[in-house]
Amino acid sequence: MTGTPLDAAGLRRRTDELLAAHPPADTDRLAFLQARFDAGLAWVHYPEGLGGLGAPRSLQAVVDARLEAAGAPDNDPRRIGIGLGMAAPTILRYGTEEQKRRFLRPLWTGEEVWCQLFSEPGAGSDLAALGTRAVREGDEWVVNGQKVWTSSAHLARWAILIARTDPDVPKHAGITYFLCDMTDPGIEVRPLRQITGEAEFNEVFLTDVRIPDSRRLGETGDGWRVAQTTLNNERVAIGGMRLPREGGMIGPVSKTWRERPELRTHDLHQRLLKLWVEAEVSRLTAERLRQQLVAGQPGPEGAGMKLAFARLNQEISGLEVELRGEEGLLYDDWTMRRPELVDFTGRDAGYRYLRSKGNSIEGGTSEVLLNIVAERVLGLPAEPRTDKDVAWKDLAR
Amino acid sequence: MTDLLYSEEEEALRAAVRDLLTDHCDPAGVIARAESGAPHDPVLWKPLAEGMGLAGLLIPEELGGQGATHREAAVVLEELGRAVAPVPYLTSAVVATEALLACADEELLGLLASGRTRAALAVGLHIAPDAGFPAVRLEDGTLHGELTGIADAATADVLLVPADDGGLYAVGADAATVTGQVAFDLTRPLATVRLDGAPGRRVGDAGPAVRRALRAGAALLASEQLGLADWTLTETVRYLKERKQFNRPVGGFQALKHRLAQLWLEVVSLRAAARAAADALARDEDADVTTAVAQAYASPVAVHAAEEALQLHGGIGMTWEHPVHLYLKRAKADSIAYGTAGAHRETLAGLVDLQAP
Repeated sequence: MTGTPLDAAGLRRRTDELLAAHPPADTDRLAFLQARFDAGLAWVHYPEGLGGLGAPRSLQAVVDARLEAAGAPDNDPRRIGIGLGMAAPTILRYGTEEQKRRFLRPLWTGEEVWCQLFSEPGAGSDLAALGTRAVREGDEWVVNGQKVWTSSAHLARWAILIARTDPDVPKHAGITYFLCDMTDPGIEVRPLRQITGEAEFNEVFLTDVRIPDSRRLGETGDGWRVAQTTLNNERVAIGGMRLPREGGMIGPVSKTWRERPELRTHDLHQRLLKLWVEAEVSRLTAERLRQQLVAGQPGPEGAGMKLAFARLNQEISGLEVELRGEEGLLYDDWTMRRPELVDFTGRDAGYRYLRSKGNSIEGGTSEVLLNIVAERVLGLPAEPRTDKDVAWKDLAR
Repeated sequence: MTDLLYSEEEEALRAAVRDLLTDHCDPAGVIARAESGAPHDPVLWKPLAEGMGLAGLLIPEELGGQGATHREAAVVLEELGRAVAPVPYLTSAVVATEALLACADEELLGLLASGRTRAALAVGLHIAPDAGFPAVRLEDGTLHGELTGIADAATADVLLVPADDGGLYAVGADAATVTGQVAFDLTRPLATVRLDGAPGRRVGDAGPAVRRALRAGAALLASEQLGLADWTLTETVRYLKERKQFNRPVGGFQALKHRLAQLWLEVVSLRAAARAAADALARDEDADVTTAVAQAYASPVAVHAAEEALQLHGGIGMTWEHPVHLYLKRAKADSIAYGTAGAHRETLAGLVDLQAP
């Protein structure tokens, strides 16, 4: 099998060999996923032995299509998005050989769910100001602090964690990146209820959590640089989807408009048409960005797409609540729940309106993104930095 | 599948047009020409239309044209918009040409392809593709009546005139009385066309020809508007890096950075909408919806870009000497040309089944 070429035909052949050796109908789900990982067909662009073959990333689609057609189970990527999208690329880039071998396989198969311990109550947009402390004791680090906005923390086996290891140097220089065991007795996970009534996220309290030095990722003090790999992959994961016309939030409100003529007013009609046009143009803009990426000419448009979709989701869902009139006064369910998956369009207009308020905050606030566009795309002067040469412990807080 | 990018050939075409405009269409020259009473620039038109053959982009090769598509014409219009170039390209090489293509009038198409003959569709610039339009009377085989708001009529050699028998007539400009109006947009002159027994040659049915012409005009106007918006944004960003107040470049103030970043997002989005419209026309697929979307989006963005440019330039932006007012006037006039954003939204309501109450 090692002689099979790494082109589309070769990957099809390898996929067929996997299917022949492990027929999905007679194979346990986990066993099939493990066999797929070991065959290098999990993420073909990863190195051999780590679930890949060192093949071009674009060829993954060939494998996925073949497996889907054969009725093979997948690894339920939406459930393990943080592991796949953020932890894995960072471990691949900065991990030791031992770390890569220990963590990537169960991460990919979904045996071990990951979460992200980055944001803190006192470090949101200014993430580098984080104050969770990790102090070295022999071969271990002792961690104390509080993290917030952690999705899947209650399901997770492992976490990617950044903590302050040196308070006496400027903030970016004193951070270290760790792989943290979520079963450590010092970890307490509490649901964080949102304005929607449910708790998609958690607060995580760390009290004398002990992390062996062998689970440090990258050099001590180099955590900010390591975290950039994680955060850049988060932005890639947020963009890049292909939508049909009326594929986003504009779909449900258009459907309501068509089915419920008694709700229509002239004012709502004008506003709906404006938003429909903007939603369609945003869809085309995202499609143009995608075409640029495929053509190998990535544009700076990506930074803008999240801004556009956040505003549109908020305005469209707000309009829909209003359109529903008397029904807009109602809400489907305020029960406190901890959903495993978040479906932005699965519930009623009131939920969509409230949930979309988070779209301009999560993953970089719209205000910070506007700064990024202004500085990195338009080349305008950066914000004045008063914190650059100040030791973290002396920062205003 | 919609192709929203620019091909290598399209980028080469853009570079050639931009070079020409850099040499022949500087802002001071455009302002001086606007005041001269003869805003059209023959020195620019000749190399553009004849030399580069761009007047015939949409005309088939067998009639002497380039046999290209709306995608290439859109690239030319982006560049003409960036320079607020005072040439009748949109009105002659796109709108009148499309009307003649609808009528399959090979004789006039051959003349227009050369760039030496210019035509204007005698339909008011404000009229949307699916709106009604005025016609002149046909009496005893000659044409009688007056039409107003006709863009670029003053420099047209041939006028394409709708008459009340449902026909579209080609009338030599020397048989009509063309009188310039004082136009809000200094770089796209308007005129009234008066016909007192003028002879005309019927080239086809006015209804479908006008509709096709105005739809192409509306769709490709979005690319001109993109060019306007792109220049105003780029120039404003450049100026705000250089202009200092309070001992810093004013482009470093966050209130202004955010406005420019927002504008950038609008311009990037307009580029996708304009490319989609040009591509839809070229492939003749989904063109009605894509055109309505592009026009409904482009007009407010181009106006917003020009208004922001003026405000963020401060006092200098209010002077006659600075070219930003040329862009504001063109952008505002363009927001009415070939139907307002509101008119295109109304069209869209019917097309995508979002009916009014």
